[in-house]
Amino acid sequence: MSLPILVFVLLALSVAGYVLGRGRAMASAGGDARKLHSLPNYYGWFGFLVALLPAALMLLLWLPAQSVVIDTQVSAMISDRSAAESSRGLVMSDVERVAEGLDLAVDAGVLTEEQAASIRTEFTDVRERLGEVGVALGSDVTSETLQAAQRYRALSSTGDLLRTLAVVAAALAGLAFVYRRAASTFRARNAVEAVVRWILILAASIAILTTVGIILSLIFNTVEFFSLYPAWDFFFGLTWSPSFGGGSELGILPLLWATLYISFIALAVSVPIGLFAAIYLSEYAGPAVRAVAKPLLEVLAGIPTIVYGLFALLTVGPLLVDIFGDGGVLGVGWMGGGTAVMTAGLVMGIMLIPFVSSLSDDIINAVPQAMRDGSLGLGATHSETVKQVILPAALPGIVGAILLAGSRAIGETMIVVLGAGAAARLSLNPFEAMTTVTAKIVSQLTGDADFASPEALVAFALGMTLFVITLGLNVIALYIVRKYREQYE
Amino acid sequence: MTDTTAQTGRAVAAPARKGSLLEVDSLTRKRNAAEARFKMYGLSAVIVGLLFLVALLATILSNGTSAFTQTFITIPVPLERAEIEAAEKSIVKTSKYRAIIGTAFANVLSSAGIETDMSAKDLDKMMSSGAAASVRDFVLANPASIGTTHTFDLLASSRVDGYLKGRVTREDLINDKNLDAAHLDIVDRLSAAGIVQKRFNWQFIFGADASDSRPEQAGIGVSMIGSFFMMLVVLVLSLPIGVAASIYLEEFAPKNRFTDLIEVNISNLAAVPSIVFGILGLAAFIQFAHLPQSAPLVGGLVLTLMTLPTIIISTRASLKSVPPSIRNAALGVGASKMQSVFHHVLPLAMPGILTGTIIGLAQALGETAPLLLIGMVGFIASNVPDGVAAGFLDPNSAMPAQIYEWAKRADPAFYERAWGGIIILLLFLMTMNIIAIILRRRFERRW
Repeated sequence: MSLPILVFVLLALSVAGYVLGRGRAMASAGGDARKLHSLPNYYGWFGFLVALLPAALMLLLWLPAQSVVIDTQVSAMISDRSAAESSRGLVMSDVERVAEGLDLAVDAGVLTEEQAASIRTEFTDVRERLGEVGVALGSDVTSETLQAAQRYRALSSTGDLLRTLAVVAAALAGLAFVYRRAASTFRARNAVEAVVRWILILAASIAILTTVGIILSLIFNTVEFFSLYPAWDFFFGLTWSPSFGGGSELGILPLLWATLYISFIALAVSVPIGLFAAIYLSEYAGPAVRAVAKPLLEVLAGIPTIVYGLFALLTVGPLLVDIFGDGGVLGVGWMGGGTAVMTAGLVMGIMLIPFVSSLSDDIINAVPQAMRDGSLGLGATHSETVKQVILPAALPGIVGAILLAGSRAIGETMIVVLGAGAAARLSLNPFEAMTTVTAKIVSQLTGDADFASPEALVAFALGMTLFVITLGLNVIALYIVRKYREQYE
Repeated sequence: MTDTTAQTGRAVAAPARKGSLLEVDSLTRKRNAAEARFKMYGLSAVIVGLLFLVALLATILSNGTSAFTQTFITIPVPLERAEIEAAEKSIVKTSKYRAIIGTAFANVLSSAGIETDMSAKDLDKMMSSGAAASVRDFVLANPASIGTTHTFDLLASSRVDGYLKGRVTREDLINDKNLDAAHLDIVDRLSAAGIVQKRFNWQFIFGADASDSRPEQAGIGVSMIGSFFMMLVVLVLSLPIGVAASIYLEEFAPKNRFTDLIEVNISNLAAVPSIVFGILGLAAFIQFAHLPQSAPLVGGLVLTLMTLPTIIISTRASLKSVPPSIRNAALGVGASKMQSVFHHVLPLAMPGILTGTIIGLAQALGETAPLLLIGMVGFIASNVPDGVAAGFLDPNSAMPAQIYEWAKRADPAFYERAWGGIIILLLFLMTMNIIAIILRRRFERRW
């Protein structure tokens, strides 16, 4: 039975469980709902959940288990010789493709089930036969691969049959349990609520699972990368020149430098503007100005980063070249092309203005009114109050906000992919093109590279570095902000 | 000692300040000037911020609106049975159709009184290379039309289109091997005769992406469908999971290590760079779980994980805003804790939850970086998916990824498409945000 049909059958059985549970309970109460412990629908839901959950859980565990078992069984068939030529994973994906092709061929009627299980490469050109049904294979099928694929198919079909049996049996056992338990004295509501509570806990744990998933996926691949490429060279290498032919130099320092440089420019743009805007809006502006200007500034935060990326590439870059480039307004010739650290930094700064301003706004508003009144009462002007009382009081929060903005800038991708350039270099000139950690993650993983090569795996090490840096910044920022809040609340 | 010096210092200064308090002295003037300056800084910061917004929107509108019109050439093409049968028998069918169109175009020129010594091949460059395919599609779809003369509106090539929109000038064409100034003279005469016209470009909104050589044919429609299926996945997964998680954390969770761990995780996930979610999607869903690459399903899963923290944070805020008296009243009349939450608190918090969800979805709709890593970029939004399962599982792009794809291509004609795509994307985002605001205004209750 195929998976969608099995799921459908399972759902049908669960609905049967609902009817059964409700019916049994009502029957045991003689049709009088008042004699039941819980409302009749709770018995129904109890039946539904008992039929569905164990079977669904079994199915969920079965799916990965089956693929792991089949993988180990089949990959044992691949001799070490062919696995040495290319990686074992590649051979396995070939096997899977051939097996998939045989399935399609059987579906299309090109081969019968027996033929699919018994053809040999010695007698048939499998590649051609599969080509007829639209499965293109990169290379000729070796007899070993074909046998592995046939074994794969045999194991899969046995596995699917067992899976169906197991799941249906679990659902039926659930129904039997409902049949026995659903009586008027049974506390169905408590049972259902306990299950619902577990579902809620499970949903809340997804946040943990996501973090664990991120960390595991980064760590496994990073470790694999460091087994192919020395960690020292990665962290302290001054050159970044990947070449997919091998012999690449993958030093992170130029990337890190550009990332920090761009973030610095972005903060240099966004912090003064954002902070002054926040001060003006919270301390000076009347309610009418505030009601208009604040949401309008926040529109900047709602614009997708791809828009900023395009803005950097097609508008700001050429504009800067007109000013700072060869034959530009200033005639300085500092800038060769539109993509540069300055372009990306400037645009990213614009993007971060509302981020800085709304965070600072909250923090400035949290400073107690009494401190303002005290300062004004002593004869300070408004600006003196802001500079000498409010800002010092709000400083930890503002530092936190700037750190958060910095972590945003470091993790930003689209603006630097489009606006910063593609060449990695260590340079002080902000009008030169450089490339960042995020931009290189994208370029290393979107090529046609083999996932097992260090040139692709380096992206995970870069991701790990990025994750650690941004996480560190966020933790420090949240710590500062929280600590500060405690003072006044 | 210091006290005395300070006092003498003040004593010396005091006589210098004569006159009444009402008279503004130099120090006060300085302080007031500083005050005015400070206020100016603040105001100019706000104005600079708003100017950036205006500049951004003006750039988008000025560059993007032209993508919504497209140049068409109106040509009556005689569909002779013999010619079409010959074309269908040949191997490169479209090139035969091209010849048919070429002859028809030459006829149009001569009947419009335009003399030219250009060869048919050169004239052909004024038309999109997709023109022949669209004639063929029409013939295959309407076999009855064979033998008649049908008037086609065929796409002009992107250079001709660019010339009429002012993007391409005569100087640009000096080094261009596709088109030269003589073509433009013909275009001028044809457009005066009304044969070459700019029309509203439905194909841009509903069409599929086209290859590098046919920018005039590229449309955002298919990637819009990709985005739609992704948003379905995000909505179906993140709303129930987010609401369930928030209910647990806000209503049931005891204060313990486990709950703290969840809380810390959620606030950290909200600040993890989106590209890291892309890496997670690549490693977990594609490498490990072997889900199909470039599929909107995988994109939706990644975006779900990314939007969950946003949705959880806003849902918790709206659950928190329901006053405890509601819960107490429900418990007082005998509801269980679960019933009080699901029957009373949740419905009251629903407007706030929906608002937060829509804003989370809007954020997900504009996200690009994680989609690049799971392969939703490149020339893949080329076919409308047939059916719902294909919509989820077949390789497709999404609107922001499609815009990125166009921005990367070499031909500047694609830039116009990218800006146009941004207008459409922003329209979607604006609509979603306006719905969220209306929901909030309409249904949010203040207690």
